[in-house]
Amino acid sequence: MIPVHGELWTTKELFVLPNEYIYWAVQIVMYPFMTGVVAGAFVLSSLYHVFGIKQLKEIARFALVFSFALLPAAPLPLLLHLQQPFRGINVLMTPHFTSAIAAFGVVYLGYSCIVASELWFVYRKHFVDEVTAIRRKPERSGADRLRLLVFSVLTLGAYDTSPAAIEADHRAVKLLAGAGIPVACFLHGYAGFIFGSVKANALWMTPLMPVIFIMSAIVSGIALCILSYVVIMELRKLHVRHKRQASRYGAPTPEEIKGVETNVVKMTTKYLVIFMVLAITLELLDIIFRGYTAVKSWDIIREVIYGRDFTNIFVLQYAIGNLLPFTLLLIPGLTIRRTVIATMLVLFGVFMMRWNVVIGGQSFSLTLSGFMEYHLPIIPDSLETFKEGLFGALTVAVAPFFIFYVLNKFFPVFYEEEAK
Amino acid sequence: MERRDFLKKAIIAIAGVSVPIASLEFIDPKKLFAARPELHWVFLVDCNKCVGCGFCVKACKLENGIPFDADVTRTWVERYVLTKDNKVYADSPKGARNGFTSQKIDQEAAGMKDIKPGDIDKAFFVPKLCNQCDNPPCVQVCPVGATYKTADGVVLIDRKWCIGCGYCIMGCPYGVRFFHPVYKVADKCNFCYHRITKGLKTACVDACPFGARKIGNIKDPNDPVTKVIMTERVGVLKDEFGTKPQAFYIGLSKEVR
Repeated sequence: MIPVHGELWTTKELFVLPNEYIYWAVQIVMYPFMTGVVAGAFVLSSLYHVFGIKQLKEIARFALVFSFALLPAAPLPLLLHLQQPFRGINVLMTPHFTSAIAAFGVVYLGYSCIVASELWFVYRKHFVDEVTAIRRKPERSGADRLRLLVFSVLTLGAYDTSPAAIEADHRAVKLLAGAGIPVACFLHGYAGFIFGSVKANALWMTPLMPVIFIMSAIVSGIALCILSYVVIMELRKLHVRHKRQASRYGAPTPEEIKGVETNVVKMTTKYLVIFMVLAITLELLDIIFRGYTAVKSWDIIREVIYGRDFTNIFVLQYAIGNLLPFTLLLIPGLTIRRTVIATMLVLFGVFMMRWNVVIGGQSFSLTLSGFMEYHLPIIPDSLETFKEGLFGALTVAVAPFFIFYVLNKFFPVFYEEEAK
Repeated sequence: MERRDFLKKAIIAIAGVSVPIASLEFIDPKKLFAARPELHWVFLVDCNKCVGCGFCVKACKLENGIPFDADVTRTWVERYVLTKDNKVYADSPKGARNGFTSQKIDQEAAGMKDIKPGDIDKAFFVPKLCNQCDNPPCVQVCPVGATYKTADGVVLIDRKWCIGCGYCIMGCPYGVRFFHPVYKVADKCNFCYHRITKGLKTACVDACPFGARKIGNIKDPNDPVTKVIMTERVGVLKDEFGTKPQAFYIGLSKEVR
């Protein structure tokens, strides 16, 4: 018998229509999660570039490079989800603009251009410095020649590093970061719109959905930035301890790094808490409003929220993913270790929120008198169970870190500090 | 010529040219070639006549190449059983491909529900198919325009262009869409477009032994289906979604979802 898409991981209960399955599975959970992290990381970097919040300077450049590394991870889950992945390009070639997904092409490409050009303006001086440094060398190795080629291309022929030119770069960065904030919010707001505009789905359809998605996006973006920042700083401390003598520039001591790290992390967590409060307020407003207005679909939605998905929503998402890290971040005397635990819980909470929206929204039938249960495929026994299973989701989750590793070779996140 | 003069003259020239251009009407090829002012397909289901034999489902699957054993179907029949204690039970085992051969209600994971005949208040069957909505949410949400509404009122899918994102499946309030297990693209009932455009009836209409299913042209006042819709009391499914369904039902009960 030929399996139907969705049949492998769906169990039906009571009265469910014959064609109903959980068609949007774990990759569609990953999709808003990853785009959310991209948008959030960019907003964090813009807080410094546009609003001049000096305390965030250290994490701002990191957040920018990181959001660039995360960019390819946004469409990746979509491609893994598509039944016809080779036709995915049609979304860009023949967009049908009444569809929220068709906006993806425009918004995503526009946003990518903004991030890429902002990155270029931030790093232009660095490219020029690298090129001049290699050119000065009397003898060049093969690796040097390759680096020279790459960095020469990256400069795009703009070698002017006079103070006036650098000043112009800074102005361009500010402008692009400013333009990027609404675009980043739009990028994620439209991801919320994809769900909020589905009138057939009683759980998804609310105008609050895009706003809720933007807020939780910023929360997850900031949390992942803090977490990765701490991990990288810890690695650098280890690295510096080993290679202090061999360093080219006379690197900072481990103590110096720790001082900077603690300061940056403390400042950034304040913004994390602010956005967490906004996100939770909106989410609770949504649930309260649904209960109060109690339209036709409320009977089944109540059963899903307070019954079948109670653990997912109230225990995993709200208690462990929101309340616990919130408390951890607000107890005085914040330490790095406590922040790491809290940000990991926050990320988990945002992931569970996406899960509860995407899977929760499909866990009841259009008949409003039947349920569907999702079983995440773990062991991949076919291409489909890999793509839309645990390992497919993990692929999407780790991809940005590999990209970041490569990007960091050309866009070093910490170069200025080491040069001093 | 001075730059100022040039600009002045250019503006005058543009203004002068645009007046005759504005009088031209751009020809929409869709209107020119596909407009069928005399034709708009509608469907009429008479729930009172349906006995749940499932011949329509079987005929549809065979006619439209939907794998016979796959648990998806372009049309299906639902059975509703209302008991004396005000409970509603409903099922559609395999879309009623083999009819309703058991008195027990298929509750999927919750097992088979046995209801004693004495406890039943009323029971009836409801055939379902694509409503070919006049305001189709599936067409609205398709990101590549692979699904579209024809001028004669049927919503079609381009199997060569569908990317398989499933947004249309999510957008349909009636659950008529699914992924075709072989072609891996969205699929749904199209009123047997290949048949009706050649003057035939749909496979399900031909297969129904009781005349519970009828297809007609709402633009033709002499069409028997049009006469029923215009003169009798008919209902549509889920009109609160604003989709303007084009499948009309006689004897629709409020329990039908």
